[in-house]
Amino acid sequence: MIRILRKALQNGRVTTKYPFKPDVPPDGFLGKPVIEFTQADLEKLKQAESVCPTRAISIETMGNQSTVKLSYVRCIFCGLCAEVYPEAITMTKEFELASTLKARLETSVEFVDGKFSRVNESEKEPSLEELGEQTKREIFKIFGRSLHIREVDAGSCNGCELEISALNNPIFDLERFGLHFVASPRHADMLLVTGPVTRNMEIALKQTYEATPDPKLVVAVGACACSGGIFGESYASRGGVDKVISVDVYIPGCPPRPQAILHGILLAIGRLKE
Amino acid sequence: MVVSQTDAVMAELRHQFGGHIAELKAQHNEIYCDLNAQNLDWLPKVCTYVHLHWHASFVCAWATDEREQFKTFRLNYIFSIDAQDLFVIVRAPVSPEQHQFASVAAHMISANWAEREIHDTFGLKPLGHPNLKRLWAQPDWPPNAFAMRKDFSLQSHVPRVEGVFEFRQVEGEGVFEIPVGPVHAGIIEPGHFRFSVAGEPIINLQIQLYYTHKGTEKLCEGLSAEKALHVSERISGDSTFAHSTAFCHAIERLAGVEIPGRAQFLRMLFLELERIYNHLSDIGMIVNDVSFLVGYAHAMRLREDVMKLNEKLTGSRLLRGLNTLGGVRRDLPETVYSEVRDTLQNVRRELEELAELLWSSASVMDRLETTGVLTEKTTKDIGIVGIAARASGLDRDCRRDHPHLRYRQIDFKVPVYTTGDVYARTRVRVDEVFESILIIDQILSQISAGPIRVLIEKIPANAHALGYTEGWRGPIVQTIQTDNEGKIFRYKIDEPSFHNWPALIFAVQGNIVPDFPLINKSFNLSYSGNDR
Repeated sequence: MIRILRKALQNGRVTTKYPFKPDVPPDGFLGKPVIEFTQADLEKLKQAESVCPTRAISIETMGNQSTVKLSYVRCIFCGLCAEVYPEAITMTKEFELASTLKARLETSVEFVDGKFSRVNESEKEPSLEELGEQTKREIFKIFGRSLHIREVDAGSCNGCELEISALNNPIFDLERFGLHFVASPRHADMLLVTGPVTRNMEIALKQTYEATPDPKLVVAVGACACSGGIFGESYASRGGVDKVISVDVYIPGCPPRPQAILHGILLAIGRLKE
Repeated sequence: MVVSQTDAVMAELRHQFGGHIAELKAQHNEIYCDLNAQNLDWLPKVCTYVHLHWHASFVCAWATDEREQFKTFRLNYIFSIDAQDLFVIVRAPVSPEQHQFASVAAHMISANWAEREIHDTFGLKPLGHPNLKRLWAQPDWPPNAFAMRKDFSLQSHVPRVEGVFEFRQVEGEGVFEIPVGPVHAGIIEPGHFRFSVAGEPIINLQIQLYYTHKGTEKLCEGLSAEKALHVSERISGDSTFAHSTAFCHAIERLAGVEIPGRAQFLRMLFLELERIYNHLSDIGMIVNDVSFLVGYAHAMRLREDVMKLNEKLTGSRLLRGLNTLGGVRRDLPETVYSEVRDTLQNVRRELEELAELLWSSASVMDRLETTGVLTEKTTKDIGIVGIAARASGLDRDCRRDHPHLRYRQIDFKVPVYTTGDVYARTRVRVDEVFESILIIDQILSQISAGPIRVLIEKIPANAHALGYTEGWRGPIVQTIQTDNEGKIFRYKIDEPSFHNWPALIFAVQGNIVPDFPLINKSFNLSYSGNDR
């Protein structure tokens, strides 16, 4: 007993100050890729498209007009695009990418005759659905002091699970926010879903969702859950959680760092602003 | 010396089965033994001979659909002759009219699951198989859809059909069935367990997996090796680096390329870091399951130190995006060596303290010792691999038995325990962390400056090769076969979990239900790696 106490005292407090203080990933960390579209050359962007393993960069051409799309929900942050076109594509260290709207995680740009023309603006006005979402988060802000989370693996590679379970360790210590992982969906306010939703997990995921009492939140964690990721859509994969149940917050990453998952959860319950 | 041993094995095979062998050839340390089409019955005979004569352990078995090129399906059974650093691959054609072959599992139970998977995904029937139930296919999967055949498209829509799990019923007074899963209580992957219990003790356990099946092998068919590499990193998240290393190894052998020395050392460094963080995590989770939360907190804190080190060295906590065909993508500046050493010395010192704390705690030892025993005989018979095998007396480690990268230049011990209980599996992990730290120390003193990758100009068409490494769970073997354009024709992933899931069935027998999570954790098998 004395040894246990001594060891605890020797180590002191190890919990991170995040999110009260920002966390800066080390150099070489591959965060949000940013494309300098106005300077970019379409032909070289096509090279970046061809190396992208998940079609996070996709280009559609009609005559002399091309639409270039960059999707953070598909991105697995491998950095290959920045390797082939470093003049216009940079891997930043930004990792807090979670968003309540999928559209915010996708950029679409028009090119005419191989030159930048304009950015396609997504709708500015919040839709009715979005207002409903906001209200929901306001409600959870009140309940948010004690929120119970059920994690559901809908076919992930286990990478996201490693980072989610890291939230329980003394460094991230999720319980300091009143957030708690529970063993049953019946005890849960939030489902934290990973994986592209395999054919074999589709029914189980729906049943888990139905077993969770209302009001409930669904957070999709990782590229697979957000978009199908590298597994896409196939006989075995449905291609993302929102194909099966409605999703409130998307957390890109492959897998997202524990800090990014924490950020997404806090965003979902309205304790952080987007 | 390898050459003469290869010749000896080939001469012996020719001597024994000459008339039934269509072709016998060697490449690297692989011996391919192709059997004649007429002699299907000889497949089990040749396989059991290789298995018994050279004490070769079964590695994996799979099929390929070569109807378009050769009008046949082909079976592949890989065996490993550890003592001679050789792999023997016995191959036999299966007629597309008959769809059947003589079961090897009927003589060698370690091939049980592999043949059931072939049956489910190719529709080829192993005649005489002792337990030919569905394995890969869930009950709602139609009986005439074979996902790994070439005429089954990746984008197929497969309708759901009516069906129920085939579970063996245990009957008797006071016998109950406990269904668990697929969604589990913890932050873990999905799978279904069906216990038959009488009071607390477990009489029988049956496991239904493949909930996380993502069509990984099928997905890679037709992809370029560069693209498939990213998929290989996502077979099992905790073995990202080991799986991608095995993949790159296979491609590099295929292309006949030797990667630079510095790249070999760097790969070893990352393999050992992956082993360390996973073992630390398992040690923490095992003591968490016996409610020794202080131990859990310390182990997880150490694990986080290693994850942070990973991120600092490579930009990725899980070591993703690091491997590339022909080497690694990032170099390490020499200035970080001392930080690697310092962090790991701290891990070593703290783990020594933690281990002492655990082994001297009566409440921990009471739960770990004699729980979930896997006997040496069972381990050998059903072909258990990796840490689970080493905890049950089998002295096998791919790093030593099939030296790859620069493991030949490194001095390390392979910890082996004989009791086969949760305690032994925990001890193997603790010892392996210490060994890995010593290995890294040697890597850092032996590594020299130089290039970190070579360019692979062309991947040969219609070729095949094995790639392997010792992941933290056990040996990972991958086979790649290319098509006419040098793209992937067939990608077979062999995960240690696929071999070790049946071990759980034996290890839990007679144990009480509350010990199941502990026993399960002591194996910590990958669902995603198994289901692919």
